[in-house]
Amino acid sequence: MTRRTETPGEISAREEEPTHVSLPPPKAPATTPLMAFDWAKKNLFSNIPNTILTLLCVWLLWETIPPLINWVLLSAVWSGGDPAICKAAEGACWAFIAEKHRFMLFGLYPFDEHWRPLLATALFVAVLATSCNPQFWRPWLLGLWAAMLVVCGTLMWGGVFGMTFVENARWGGLPLTLILSVVGIICSFPLAILLALGRRSDMPGIRAVCIGFIEFVRGVPLISVLFMASVMFPLFLPEGMTIDKLLRAQVEIIIFTAAYLAEAIRGGLQAIPQGQYEAADALGLTYWKKTYFIILPQALKISIPPIVNQFISMFKDTSLVIIIGLFDLLTTAKTALTDPPWRAFYVEAYLFAALIYWVFSFFMSRYSQYLERRLETGHRR
Amino acid sequence: MIAGTSVPSAAPEPGTEAAITLEGVHKWYGAFHVLQDINLTVMRGERVVVCGPSGSGKSTMIRCVNRLEEHQQGRITVDGVELTNDVRTVERIRRNVGMVFQQFNLFPHLTVLDNLTLSPIWVHKHPKREAVETAMEYLERVHIPEQANKYPGQLSGGQQQRVAIARALCMKPSIMLFDEPTSALDPEMIKEVLDVMVELAEAGMTMICVTHEMGFAKTVGNTMVFMDEGMIVEMAPPSEFFENPKSDRTKKFLSQILTH
Ligand SMILES: Nc1ncnc2c1ncn2[C@@H]1O[C@H](COP(=O)(O)OP(=O)(O)O)[C@@H](O)[C@H]1O
Ligand SMILES: [Mg+2]
Repeated sequence: MTRRTETPGEISAREEEPTHVSLPPPKAPATTPLMAFDWAKKNLFSNIPNTILTLLCVWLLWETIPPLINWVLLSAVWSGGDPAICKAAEGACWAFIAEKHRFMLFGLYPFDEHWRPLLATALFVAVLATSCNPQFWRPWLLGLWAAMLVVCGTLMWGGVFGMTFVENARWGGLPLTLILSVVGIICSFPLAILLALGRRSDMPGIRAVCIGFIEFVRGVPLISVLFMASVMFPLFLPEGMTIDKLLRAQVEIIIFTAAYLAEAIRGGLQAIPQGQYEAADALGLTYWKKTYFIILPQALKISIPPIVNQFISMFKDTSLVIIIGLFDLLTTAKTALTDPPWRAFYVEAYLFAALIYWVFSFFMSRYSQYLERRLETGHRR
Repeated sequence: MIAGTSVPSAAPEPGTEAAITLEGVHKWYGAFHVLQDINLTVMRGERVVVCGPSGSGKSTMIRCVNRLEEHQQGRITVDGVELTNDVRTVERIRRNVGMVFQQFNLFPHLTVLDNLTLSPIWVHKHPKREAVETAMEYLERVHIPEQANKYPGQLSGGQQQRVAIARALCMKPSIMLFDEPTSALDPEMIKEVLDVMVELAEAGMTMICVTHEMGFAKTVGNTMVFMDEGMIVEMAPPSEFFENPKSDRTKKFLSQILTH
């Protein structure tokens, strides 16, 4: 929590412009070579150890950056589906990505139908982007999400409107990763809130159930539960009955994320002063109204950093579903490498997958920072 | 409600019907006997000022009246309804009793207006428009209508406490409880809050007010209550209480707060 106190000046600045106060930056004095020299002398060469460190860093950068640029850009092979050209070249083999990107992105989904997962992913991202604007946090947004999920499901499964049916065992790559994590986020969040509230409940029964659930789930690794569910679970099911692999993975991800998230939210709940509860009680609010209007908005705001942390980590953990044979983005990238002529280009394959993961994770991180600023109302605790 | 009485000084005389009665109330925190045989009757329109040393149980006593704390023995009756563990009874009483806290306890994530309209809309089920109108009316009564769309964190302490008073009044309560409403304020802000409370008293509100503002007690108080170690030590009209205190503990307390 930032405990900054506001000066009256800041308060009045806010009065004039309620949204974002961005004062023009103080005019920077024009930098002259002489000033740059002074700055360097003061900050980089102030004494002997400092000078040595500076020189060491310059040397390291000199040794690493140019070869890297050379490998990534200058000597890279960009196109042409021939592995031999890549082998001969010194740089990265982006031709491999060009050749295999559709498999990496969409996995085993029928090649001629790739437009369907592509469209579904685009829709998904568009609705996600819309939801990022707090102005749109209205009931209709829920409707939009429901509609989007229906449309995406239709696109992915098909079987109607002349689209061939594609069973979900063949889904893979980026759409699979996005589905697992976004559905995971949407479902685990309310569950986590209930668990966190339950853990602080006055009712011993509810409290015990919530504590038991959270502590059990946190006590075992996700990968072992996924594994047990795929290998052992079917042994206990009656003959001929199976539970869909994707559904199983999804449920496990939801349960896991919810348990960790519940603890993050509980931290926020504990930070709410007793006076807030008392004021709400004195106003006659019932437990649920008090929780919904007063406690949760404040607790969730405090918990934004750990919540987002959890989401990012869950987003990347979806790659563990390989253990039950689902082809998420990381697995498709790896599988693309099993094509013998391209086997040598694993660095490119992993870089490609890593870049996609990074874009999404980085976005989540930046978005959480934006939300925190946006929800700041100038109160001090 | 706060009628715009033009007579500046005298608040109306209290009625003859009891608004709050505490009979033989006891409360313990574990082994600690925090309230010991409290007997107090507050008439409709009466203004009771409670004082006493820190830790004497003043807050605990008034918090029992709207069930923020539970008493373990004795009877508490508010507006003719006895306080029990029944959730509906508690809710009913809380709708009629407004409370103002030492630390304001405004909701920092809501604007002033939303702080004021939350309970009218969601507890009392008033239409939003009506709730906003009422809220603006009360903000004017506490002299800060221009702050309606700010967040509590952007207001001074005195302004926040006046918002808290307006928030309680928006429920149109028949009784107001004040727990040291000016103790957390800088000296220059105490008067603006006390002025609002005096206006409220002049409008005939039933009030229990824990405060050490003896000027306020003398102006509008009908009854002074002095508490010490969980007991009501002395109870008298202000004139008698200040001029002619009976118990030694009261004398000692008064000499401490009046000379500091
Ligand atoms: N929740 C609690 N648990 C245990 N003791 C408490 C609790 N709340 C208050 N007390 C104790 O009860 C006594 C009376 O408190 P309080 O009513 O707040 O006093 P006052 O308002 O007169 O200063 C104090 O000694 C305080 O320490
Ligand atoms: Mg107190």
